[in-house]
Amino acid sequence: MQLRVRALETILTEKGYVDPKALDVIIDAYESKIGPHIGARVVAKAWADPDFKRRLIADAAAAVGELGLTARSTHLIAVENTRRLHNMVVCTLCSCYPWDVLGLPPVWYKSAPYRSRAVIDPRGVLADFGVILPADTEIRVWDSTAETRYLVVPMRPAGTDGWGEEKLASLVTRDSMIGTGLALAAGDAP
Amino acid sequence: MNGVHDMGGMHGFGKVEPEPDEPVFHAPWEGRVLAMNRAMGYLGLWSIDISRFSRETLPPHVYLASSYYRKWTLGLENLCLQFGLVGEDELAAGRALHPAKPVKRTLTPADVPKTLSRGSFERPPPAPAKFKPGDRVRTRNINPPGHTRLPRYARGHAGAIEHIRGCHVFPDAVAAGKGEDPQWLYTVVFDARELWGEFADPALKVSIEAWEPYLEAIP
Repeated sequence: MQLRVRALETILTEKGYVDPKALDVIIDAYESKIGPHIGARVVAKAWADPDFKRRLIADAAAAVGELGLTARSTHLIAVENTRRLHNMVVCTLCSCYPWDVLGLPPVWYKSAPYRSRAVIDPRGVLADFGVILPADTEIRVWDSTAETRYLVVPMRPAGTDGWGEEKLASLVTRDSMIGTGLALAAGDAP
Repeated sequence: MNGVHDMGGMHGFGKVEPEPDEPVFHAPWEGRVLAMNRAMGYLGLWSIDISRFSRETLPPHVYLASSYYRKWTLGLENLCLQFGLVGEDELAAGRALHPAKPVKRTLTPADVPKTLSRGSFERPPPAPAKFKPGDRVRTRNINPPGHTRLPRYARGHAGAIEHIRGCHVFPDAVAAGKGEDPQWLYTVVFDARELWGEFADPALKVSIEAWEPYLEAIP
């Protein structure tokens, strides 16, 4: 693939459609600037600040906009996990994912096993991630079939009262914001 | 189209295999392909749904056997051919052989930051929304050969309108070259037993985002 892709880039560059330096800037943005640390900051703020959480659930794009991030989170929707309700996000048709707040999706998110099973057997998928929920916890799977994008706000772990946002953010994993994982326990803070 | 990309509910693909400490890209070419797709999209010749359709129309065996970024490579090559930007002979030779087609704009390094924010797909509504939260609706049983965002598993089923998400560009129209044709977009939620039958998890609900033409009222 490396040769095939290099050939395509050569053609597009020679024809003036693509500036390789612009490609470098895009790659650098996704390798070093835009990633799940952004979503973790959003979730930690929601845990620490109930007013922000209300605004986030009501209009996530506007609430995330308050944080002054580089990328605007157009059409972002935040959904909150509770003891009674667990949210999980998939794109069965392609690979729609909230890039602005989580960066590029992991390979498993774009894979056939996840895309096929998330909507019919989410408890089985969660088991693949080592997550077992109580049988009476309702599961809600959001299939991202439009340009709306979903961010899951995981449950705040016990034993984190009084923690600052930065320390809280260290418990927020990428998978917990997709809904295939839970936030780390207080004792597992890195 | 009823393609293999429409995977919801299929069996046989095996377990989900998360990769610990996964890198953003597994090889440098993956980053180049991602970035080329962005840069070529910036030319303004095609929309996101047209580029999705170029991947959906890959032959089924190719789609299933290709990694994500391989599909993005093949899809981009096809778009470049389709829009007359690149010739088959150039792809074979690995270099430009013909003059470039004039384009309105190209992506410069200085323009990249603004392209990292997604554009809005919301448009002024041509008419008031037909449905409101709480309404019972049935998804239509449509099987268009072109691009659609109504997954097969969710066709012909009864659900409820949960949210109105605004009036958005309609993918089925835009990918068919019929313009943006904005339509109201709703979150429609289904009981898993409605989708998967009586033995489905009673504590599971699944929602899709559905444009108004996908829906009919349940009287």
